[in-house]
Amino acid sequence: MIHLEGISKSYKIAKRQTGLRQAAKALFYREYTTIAALKDISFSINQGEIVGYIGPNGAGKSTTIKIMSGILVPDTGKCTIMGCTPWKERTSYVKNIGVVFGQRSQLWWDVPVMDSFELLKDIYKVPQQEYQTTIKLLIETLELQEIVNSPVRQLSLGQRMRCEIAASLIHSPQILFLDEPTIGLDAVSKIAVRKFIKTINKEKGVTVILTTHDMNDIEALAERVILIGKGNVLYDGHLEELRKRFGTRKTITADYSQNTSPIKMPAGAEILSYTQERLSISIDTNHTKTSDAITQLSQQVELTDVTIETQPIEDIIVKLYKEYQI
Amino acid sequence: MSVYFKYLLIHFKSQMQYRTSFWLLSLGQFFIPFSVFAGLYFLFERFGQIKGWGFFEVALCFAVIHMAFSISECFARGFDSFSDLIIKGDFDRVLVRPRSTFVQVLGSKFEFTRAGRLLQSVMVLIWALSSLPIEWTITKIATLVLMMTSGVFIFTGIYMLAATMCFWTVQGLEVANIFTDGGREMAQYPLNIYHKWVARFFTYVIPFGTVNYLPLQYILGKTQGSDLMYMVTPALGSLFILPCFFVWQFGVRHYRSTGS
Repeated sequence: MIHLEGISKSYKIAKRQTGLRQAAKALFYREYTTIAALKDISFSINQGEIVGYIGPNGAGKSTTIKIMSGILVPDTGKCTIMGCTPWKERTSYVKNIGVVFGQRSQLWWDVPVMDSFELLKDIYKVPQQEYQTTIKLLIETLELQEIVNSPVRQLSLGQRMRCEIAASLIHSPQILFLDEPTIGLDAVSKIAVRKFIKTINKEKGVTVILTTHDMNDIEALAERVILIGKGNVLYDGHLEELRKRFGTRKTITADYSQNTSPIKMPAGAEILSYTQERLSISIDTNHTKTSDAITQLSQQVELTDVTIETQPIEDIIVKLYKEYQI
Repeated sequence: MSVYFKYLLIHFKSQMQYRTSFWLLSLGQFFIPFSVFAGLYFLFERFGQIKGWGFFEVALCFAVIHMAFSISECFARGFDSFSDLIIKGDFDRVLVRPRSTFVQVLGSKFEFTRAGRLLQSVMVLIWALSSLPIEWTITKIATLVLMMTSGVFIFTGIYMLAATMCFWTVQGLEVANIFTDGGREMAQYPLNIYHKWVARFFTYVIPFGTVNYLPLQYILGKTQGSDLMYMVTPALGSLFILPCFFVWQFGVRHYRSTGS
């Protein structure tokens, strides 16, 4: 459905130097540097997938989204989405996609949200009947009943984001690009947005590509992640696979009745905290099995409670960034 | 085109959220050209006529160009303030919607407060027309309508050229105001009062002459030679927007390949 091959894109950026003299000079003469935002991006996405597109700031996430939505023309490479080349057949292509830029609104600021929806209906030429059913569904699932009649400027960020997502789905697109859809939202709104994305993916088979810095979004939504850094694809695969490869450490926290004698730690364990009632260690499951570590501890102390935590995905990503030096 | 009216409607609703500022700004817009017109009036009171043009004839010139200007500022404001769209990055949004960039940019902004200016020039128009001994015919009325249209087209064309420059410069270019504000100020008098090269520039390069000076000679019965030639000039002047349109399309393509 989506197919990118060898996409590269570089920007020409004016060199800026500090100081008044340099600024004055820049008025007449400018030096440019070329920055390669994307070097060689290739991947394919099938219909109905939810793909998390992640990477540090400036990795080229937004550039890729812009190329896939037809806003930018890449320097080299091929991009075929639903049989179209986005930047060539712009008007016929964009009917099939919805785009949410988390940091920018697509609604009209001073009028009730419903008026914006109506205008979008006309822009996308959605038949009245189809619009009625779609909008009803969107209002119900995103719980917009109470806010659709207020002007956008009076909405909270979370409410606005829900309206933004609804707005990008009025024409029932088959692909939805979400560029940081949960940026700045509180926990409740984040969960609502995630739930909704999951629903439309399941029920309508909408393919979703989302960029985010919130790994909980990825964990909740995406089975597949594409990690990019410095303009290259660094990892493309299952989230679980990523966890297996990089998230091999587990944290074991054990509570026990008071113990004064020294405890022999499992091999390769890293002590995080240690008191007479509680011990917290981190182990590498490649070397020590979790069950072995617990058995070893139980032989030495009288355990009352044990919790095992998997390494948060955030840590894994940080580790990945480090490993690839991005 | 119907979607353009939908845009118009939503912007009108937005404007009505700020009624007081709308009335005040419109009032201001009413008085700005009013003072210019007062200057014109006193000029003619002192000198009687300029190069064979009387006060009411020049008032007609003034009314037509100011009407065209206020209409185009109201309805083509999107192009006039296009740099905002680029700076805020909202032009990306335009590109992901399945409509022409032209109609979307046109619909991105309206300046309803220009109604004040329009009202003022309509009043001048009525005053001038009722004071001039013109024998009205259908073709003369049609010519008058065409004059307005060509004025709107020419102003819009200049806005489009200036907007296209924003694809390279990002910031808006005040230099375009030489041609919009400057052109308007020049063309509120008949072009023959200026130097030859000025008149030529505003006839053949930016054809403001076709908005009032040339066709007015037909309406006022001042023509030498064929009436038809003078009559069709506004239609020819309207064609100015065509090259502007192509330049615009070129700019859009440039934007998409640089990503600035």
